[in-house]
Amino acid sequence: MKQAMPGNSKAGMSLIVKTITRLTVGLILLFGIYIVLHGHLSPGGGFAGGVIIALSFVHLMLAFGKDVAVRKFPKDMASNLESLGALMFLSIALLGLLGGSFFLNILGKGKPFSLFSAGTIPLSNIAISLKVGVGLFAIFLALVILEKAKKEE
Amino acid sequence: MELHLLLLFMIFAAVVAVEVKDLLSSVIAVGSVGFALCLAFLILKAPDLAITQLVVEILCLIILIRATLKKDLPLVIEGRWVFNTLSTLTFIGVFLFFAYLALKELPAFGHPLMSVAKRYLDEGVSKTGAVNIVSAIILDFRAYDTLGEATVLFTSVIGIMAILRRPGRRKIE
Repeated sequence: MKQAMPGNSKAGMSLIVKTITRLTVGLILLFGIYIVLHGHLSPGGGFAGGVIIALSFVHLMLAFGKDVAVRKFPKDMASNLESLGALMFLSIALLGLLGGSFFLNILGKGKPFSLFSAGTIPLSNIAISLKVGVGLFAIFLALVILEKAKKEE
Repeated sequence: MELHLLLLFMIFAAVVAVEVKDLLSSVIAVGSVGFALCLAFLILKAPDLAITQLVVEILCLIILIRATLKKDLPLVIEGRWVFNTLSTLTFIGVFLFFAYLALKELPAFGHPLMSVAKRYLDEGVSKTGAVNIVSAIILDFRAYDTLGEATVLFTSVIGIMAILRRPGRRKIE
């Protein structure tokens, strides 16, 4: 897999894979964001959308090698964002205490079938997607870094 | 009331797990915290979470005990077969008795089991405003369960990052 390619960078797979990846990875990321934002309207939701977002970065890492993906998404940022997602979900839950009880849906219900509806559910979806996506990507990153450290020994 | 007792027990067991010197006793104390948490979930009416907690706790205990103990536990059976057989038969009898009581309470075959789920289906859209019923259930009616699962995922990611980070590996070498 790791063969020296003439051109932009040495790490990663062949030129064909890199070109296709450059064309598709943005679309995959956009599709993940779409699944998250429409979680309360169509099948999917925070968990599935988060995994798709994580997979887009994993795709980038497989095709271009570790360094490109890490430059786009450093490990510190990953752990910060994951904690941010968890805190966001918890604070949405605590926000319900303002209306009387834990996890109460205090925002307006809105009109069904419109994007801005269902109160706190879209916000919870975004928080969960942040947590799941970044968390799974961080696990993959940790495993890759471990593999690399093993090879250096 | 029971919940407060359980919480006190969990705090006590956690302190024991940190303070005790013997590694196996510490693992057992951690396991008792987990099983008390499982009971607490049952009292709080979250059966799905209680089942998950129970299964995960058993798996973790097995792994931790296997990691703690270097060799197999000696199994002494000579000269105690009367006691062993009697206790086995007693426990089978107790289990069958309670299983009979529990099975009698089940609704007859074909009766609607999902009286709660039917309410979710009827009132999901009007109460939450979300058209996707799955989202409405996991993020509104059953948001506690989702919070528990998110916590489990968060903890597992932290654990993996802590085990696989590089400074920790350097130290061992």
